[in-house]
Order: sequence, then structure tokens, then C-alpha cells
Amino acid sequence: MLEVRNIFKTYEGRLLLNDISFSVAEGKTICLLGASGSGKSTLLRIIAGLESSDSGIISFNGLDLTTTPPHLRDFGLVFQDYALFPHLNVNDNVAFGLKMRRIGQTETVERVATSLKLVSLTEFGDRKVTDLSGGEQQRVALARALAIQPRLLMFDEPLGALDRALREDLLNELRMILHRTKIPAIYVTHDQEEAFTIADRVLILYDGKIIREGTPADVWAKPESAIVAGFLGLGNLFDGEVIAQNEFQTEHGTFTVKCIYKHSRGDKVHLLVRPLPADAQREANILSGVVTDVIFQQDRFKVTLENGLYIYLPDAPKVGQKISVSVKVECLA
Amino acid sequence: MNQPINHGDAQNTEMIKKLRVSVPPWLGRLLLWLFPLSFLTIFFFLPLSKILAFTFDTSAFDADNFRIAGSALRFTFYQAFLSTLLTLLIGLPSAYLFARYDFRGKSILRALTAVPFMLPTVVVAAGFSALLGPRGLTHTLFPLSSFQFIGTLPAILIAHVFYNTTIIIRIVGTALSSLDPKLEQAARSLGADTFHVWKNVILPLLRPAIFAATLLVFLFDFTSFGVILLLGGSKFSTLEVEIYLQAVRQLNLPSAALLAVLQLICTLIFSILYTRFASRSTIQLAPRSTLIKPQTLKQKLFVTLFCILLSAFFLLPLSSLPIRSLFRFEADRGQRGEVQYGFTTDYYTELFINRRGSVFYVPPIQATLNSLGYAGATVVLSLLLGYPAAIALAKPARLEKFLDPLIMLPLGSSAVMLGLGFIITYGKWLTSPWLVPFAHTLVALPFVIRTLQPALASIPQRLRQAASSLGASPFEVWRQIDFPILRRATLAAGTFAFTISLGEFGATLLIARPEYPTIPIAIERFLSQPGGLNYGQSMAMATILMLLAIIGMLAIEKFRLPNTGEF
Repeated sequence: MLEVRNIFKTYEGRLLLNDISFSVAEGKTICLLGASGSGKSTLLRIIAGLESSDSGIISFNGLDLTTTPPHLRDFGLVFQDYALFPHLNVNDNVAFGLKMRRIGQTETVERVATSLKLVSLTEFGDRKVTDLSGGEQQRVALARALAIQPRLLMFDEPLGALDRALREDLLNELRMILHRTKIPAIYVTHDQEEAFTIADRVLILYDGKIIREGTPADVWAKPESAIVAGFLGLGNLFDGEVIAQNEFQTEHGTFTVKCIYKHSRGDKVHLLVRPLPADAQREANILSGVVTDVIFQQDRFKVTLENGLYIYLPDAPKVGQKISVSVKVECLA
Repeated sequence: MNQPINHGDAQNTEMIKKLRVSVPPWLGRLLLWLFPLSFLTIFFFLPLSKILAFTFDTSAFDADNFRIAGSALRFTFYQAFLSTLLTLLIGLPSAYLFARYDFRGKSILRALTAVPFMLPTVVVAAGFSALLGPRGLTHTLFPLSSFQFIGTLPAILIAHVFYNTTIIIRIVGTALSSLDPKLEQAARSLGADTFHVWKNVILPLLRPAIFAATLLVFLFDFTSFGVILLLGGSKFSTLEVEIYLQAVRQLNLPSAALLAVLQLICTLIFSILYTRFASRSTIQLAPRSTLIKPQTLKQKLFVTLFCILLSAFFLLPLSSLPIRSLFRFEADRGQRGEVQYGFTTDYYTELFINRRGSVFYVPPIQATLNSLGYAGATVVLSLLLGYPAAIALAKPARLEKFLDPLIMLPLGSSAVMLGLGFIITYGKWLTSPWLVPFAHTLVALPFVIRTLQPALASIPQRLRQAASSLGASPFEVWRQIDFPILRRATLAAGTFAFTISLGEFGATLLIARPEYPTIPIAIERFLSQPGGLNYGQSMAMATILMLLAIIGMLAIEKFRLPNTGEF
């Protein structure tokens, strides 16, 4: 089990990582989700030992690795732009880590073959890596990291350079491989779909801090803060003022919300309106406005109202029509 | 997806081809090549063939000539090998220093290491003489020290290192800093320690660059002339020096020709090898910054040590020169009795006086005017010839693959050999001062072409297409897109030609008329004369030349700035 405790890192006078702590359990995949500049890649490099933190502890199975050089950590690393060795062919790239570990010829050949098979590149051993497509190169990079049978795998935006269809295929494959090999993994991305697909647990990094941690379903259902809700694109966000117990005054009307957080009169809170129509029997809140735009999205229509709010509807209203929809409103911390 | 677009493109090209049958493309290319090739034929290949013809003359095959050639060849290889080795010893760590570390004063130090390469050989020789020579600063400040520097092998070697370290820094350093740091990180995460990262990843990827840089340094050391003649003296005969001695002092042209052919064969082999490695080393990887600030004690020690070493090595000879040119340390010729020490501007004012019994027929300052005139002519000539060649080379076809090495050939052949060819072929015109700019153009042309060509090739076709789709006429496209880039490249190339012409020594020494000396020739003559005044004047002239060369360099750097900043 990997443990990361109280990591701090400043870079050029800016606090890049501010007291980061989390752990990765046996066989689990966690995902560091954050916008670019949130410090997630730096955190990954610190765990890999390629950069040092200002303070904090990295340990694995209780063993402190904070000062261990990267080549002795046994952590596999996969980069966005693959970082394949251009002077070596596919086989030699995959065998590189085994060579560094002075593993015998027969076992090397065997493990290279196994790794290439895992990523479905069995026939590619003698090819030059520069002749491969982006997706193939990333598979080789994955095979190279798998071949050393690392105790932890780390992915730094591994699919960022690939196009959408390929990304989905590779992501599913990666998920299967991680499940099959049971290697704990840290996956860094800014793409929430990727994160929710692959992760057992998601850590949302914002401004150097982990602001939300949980299973994908949990994080989705309870974003807790406006920043998380906004980053995940969960719906319409706006401010409200507490006017009575569970009563909120906003620019879009007054809403009744059962709030799990304690508020007193006059407090400002963030409200989230999920863009899905809710059961009118159970919800007292109604969103209304004049339709300004309707976008077809396969099984639904994204309807934008004049006040900037949007909602998904099964049937398309007309532009200019005034509509009212029952919605579920949540309050955030 | 791409298929139909490509198809349409092909159809378009086909149509355009049909519409423009009048001028076949190869004819246009041939027209571009007409003047550069004619020039090279008349002033390079013809003299070269004359030299070759000389060696077929039986008189060249003389036991004495062979003995001279044999020993010259041996010594040339010997000193070039040692020089290259020493240059690598200083250059490789320096390349690492500049490619990996970020420290204060880095850009200045880097520029400093590049200065000697553009300096004329006479300036470097004069600089080392001013620092370590018998009349130099070290001997003056420590009168009891009895070491000898000028006239020794170490003088030659150190001057070569001084010259060529920048080549290693540039070629290997560029390759090192363009190496994707992720490769190193990937290797480390796969279990490679520092030693294995270098052995298995970095060095294999750098190998072509290191080989290319080494060969280039070797080539320069092999054909070095001014440094060896001025710092070593005629007892250190390399092929190059021996050609000069045989042609000018012994008047033994067949022997000189034999030596020249030997020299040519060697440089040809090195050039071919270099081109091979250079083309392989141009694999561009992720051009990402890998700079770090020195953190650990070991890193700090390395950076500090090399910064001190490099600044001392490069600053001392360069600064000794102007200092020595402004201070009198010994009695001038003809003066007896008390010796005046101290600050003086005499060496500069003397340059304007035509003394009877001086080594010139004209005031020494006339040499500066001659040099400026020659340099101006060289700029015009080399740009006129360089442009068409660069245009053709910017979009290379099969013809250019063959012509490119041909046009670069003068670069590999030494200046002294060019001079010898001029003497043999155009001996009867040697009274005219006009041969000098032609010789200088020959030397400058490869540099001019190599400066223009990347600029011409760097203008992406897409940019032109974008401009014309936005409504720019062909002329507007040229004015808005091509011209701004070319203007800078032209200025850079012109300054290159100017600086090269100002400092050219080898060829000029063979063909310049005594009454039309250039600055380098004047310095050489002053240096070889006895007397404190002559020495002081050589220092003054060398200082002037150094300043001119540095101004030229700054101009070139300024004009190439928006492109890459690298050669």
C-alpha cells in the first residue's frame, strides 16, 4: 500500500502542493483529477522520485521511500507522450527495465512477450518505435512499464495525445489490464470521464489541495463544494441567500432546499441545479424561462434559457417559448 | 479521410503542370545554379585542377618532397588528434553545463565561449601572445618566470581548444538539451541509475552529435593555419604551413601542390564522414527545457568550477590584447637608456604615420581601409552568388543532393590551398588587388548559403497559402511573409561575409600584394618584426580587428535572433 503523507512543494515562490495526503490500497486505482496547473503531474513526479518535495513522506508497505532514488522504487511510469527510447526497437524498449534489473535472457524474452500480449502487440517486437502510431506507441509504453512487474503503476495523462475513439478503446483495455494484474495504480488526468471510468477512487486536486475524495459515484452525487461541482460540470451553479430555514433567495427565484449544512439567516450559499427534470410531486422547485437555444444530443436536447441556465429535456421546445420545469436543487458547502 | 484531399491535390498539380509547359523545372533550377557554379568553376575547380595537374608533373614526385609531405602529414594528424582530444575534454562537460544547468550569467558565459570561433586567427594568436608571449603580460608581471609558450606545441593545442570548444558546446549541447527529459525519467522509473541512464539512453542518442562535433573539430584542427604559423612557428610544419612555406618561401610549387592534394584528400574524407553523422544527428526530439538550478553540493561545485575555468580560459587572452595595446612595458626600438612604463596611446597614433624604414610602404591604418574595401566587395559578391544557390537548396531536388556537397567544398578545402590555386592559375594577375575579394568570397560563400538557406526553407508554405487566402497578392505575400524573414537573414549573411573577409588570413597571405596589406597581414608583419613599437602596433591593430569582429558577431546574433539562435 502506497502512502503519501503531508506533501508540500513550492515552485518559484508559489505553493504548488499544499499538504497532500492520501493512500492507494492493494489492487486499487486512484485518479488524481485536476485542471492543468493544479500540481497533479508534480505530485506524480514526487511519488516517482523524479522530483523532491519540500516536506512530507512517501512510503510503501510501511517502508519510507522519501529519499529513495527513482530507479530503486519499482514504480512503473507511463507518460502522455510515451517517452519511448527512439534508438531501441519495441522489444528492447519493453526489455529495458528488465535489463536494468539484470534479469536473465530467457526470462526477459518471456516477460517481454507476456507484456506485449497484455497490450495486444504480440507481432510488433521487431518494429521501430518511431514507425508506430500514437496508440501503438502508448501500448508499448504500457508494456514497458508492466514488464518490470512494478508494485505501483503511474499514468500521467496517458491518453491525452490520442483521439477520442482510440482513447475510449485504450481506456477500457487499461481498466481490464489493471483489474487483471491487480497492480495498484495512480492515474492523473484532467478529463473527468476518463477519471470516472478507470478509478476506484477519485481525488480532486485544486490549487494544490485535495478538495474532494471518494468513489466516482459518491463524488458525483455529493460534490460538496461549488468548485468540485463546477469542475465536474454537474449543472447550474448560482449564489443564494438564506432567508429562512431551508429557504433560499436567488436571482432565479426562491428555492426550498433541505440543506445538510448548517446555515443561519443572511448567509450566502452556493446552489446547484442538476440539469435533469425531477419528479414534480416530490420537488417544490421550479425553473422557468424563455428558451434561447436547443441542441440535439442523441437521446435528449440541451435547452438553454435566457437567464443562462440549461436543462436536458426529452422533447425539444421551440426557441422563444416560455417553459417551466421541476428541478432538484442542492445546496453546497 | 485524407484520401480524397490528396487526390484533389494531385489533380491540381497535374493541371498546373499542363498549364506551364514553357519552363521545365530543371531549367529554372539550372538558371539558379548558373552563376554560383560558374564562379566556383573559375575560382575553385579550375585552380584545383591546376594544382592536381602539378602533381602529375614528374618534378612533384621527388624523394625530398615525399619526405617533407610525410613528416608534415604525420605532424598534422598528431596535433589535430591531440587538439581534438583536449577540446572534447573541455567541451563535453561544458556542453553538459550549458544544456542542463541554469545559473546566473549563463548567457554571457555561453556567448563568451562562442566568441573565439568567429575571431580571426591573427587576433587569437595576438591575444595569446599578449598574455603568455615573451613580451606578454605574464612575463611582465612575473619577470622571473622563465616558461616559454610561443613556439611550443602546447601553444598550438591550447589555441585550438580555445577556438573549437564552442563547436562541441553547440552541437552536443543542442542535442542534449533537445533530448526529451521524459526519456531519462522513463529510464529511471524503469530502474536505471545515473550511470545506466547515460550509458543506455543519453549517450546512444547523443552519439551521432558527438561524432559529428568531434569530426568537425578535427577537421578545423587539421586545416588550421594561422594559429600554427603564428604561435608555433615554422618548425611546426603541418600540411597547411608547409604548403605556404613551399609555395612562398621555397618557391617550390610542385611540392606545394603535392601537399595540397594530400590535404584535399584528407579533408574530403573527413567532410564526407561529418556530413554522414551530421545528417543522423538532426533527429529532433521534444525541444523542451530541461534546465535545473544547481542544488546538490556536487552540482554546485561542478557549475562553479566550470564557470571559473571557462571564464578564465576565454577571457584572459581576449582581455590581454587591448590591455597590452595600451600599456608600454619595454623600450621601443632605437630607444636607449631609461624605459618608460605605463599607459600609452602611441601604438594607435603610430598606425597613422608612414615611417621610413617601417615594414610598410603606406601608413598602417591604410591596411584597415583596404580590409574594409575588400570586405564590402566580398559582401556584395557573396550575396549575389549565395542567394540563387540558397533558393535552390531551400527546396532540394535530386540535383541539389549532388550539388550541395559540391558547393560546400571550399569550406573543407583550406584557405592556403585556395591561395595556392590562385597563385598557380592567376599568377599574372597577382598585381591586381581584385583577386583578394574573390578569394574571400570563396571562403564566405558556404557560410552565406548556410545562413540564407534555412531562412528560405523556414517559411512554411502554409503561411503563404494562408496569406493568399486572406487576399494577399503574390507580391503582397512576398512582402508580408518572405521579406521580413529574408531581410534579417540577408543582414546576417552579409555580416558573416564581412567578418570572414576582415579576418581571412591564409589565402590573403599568399595572394595579397605587399602594398595592399589587410589588417591580418599587417598584424602578422608587425608580430614578426623586432622592437616594442612594432609589437605594440600589432596589439593595437589586433584590438581594432577584434572589436570589428565582435561588432560583426553581435550584428549576426541580433539578425538571427527570431529564428533559432543556434547554428
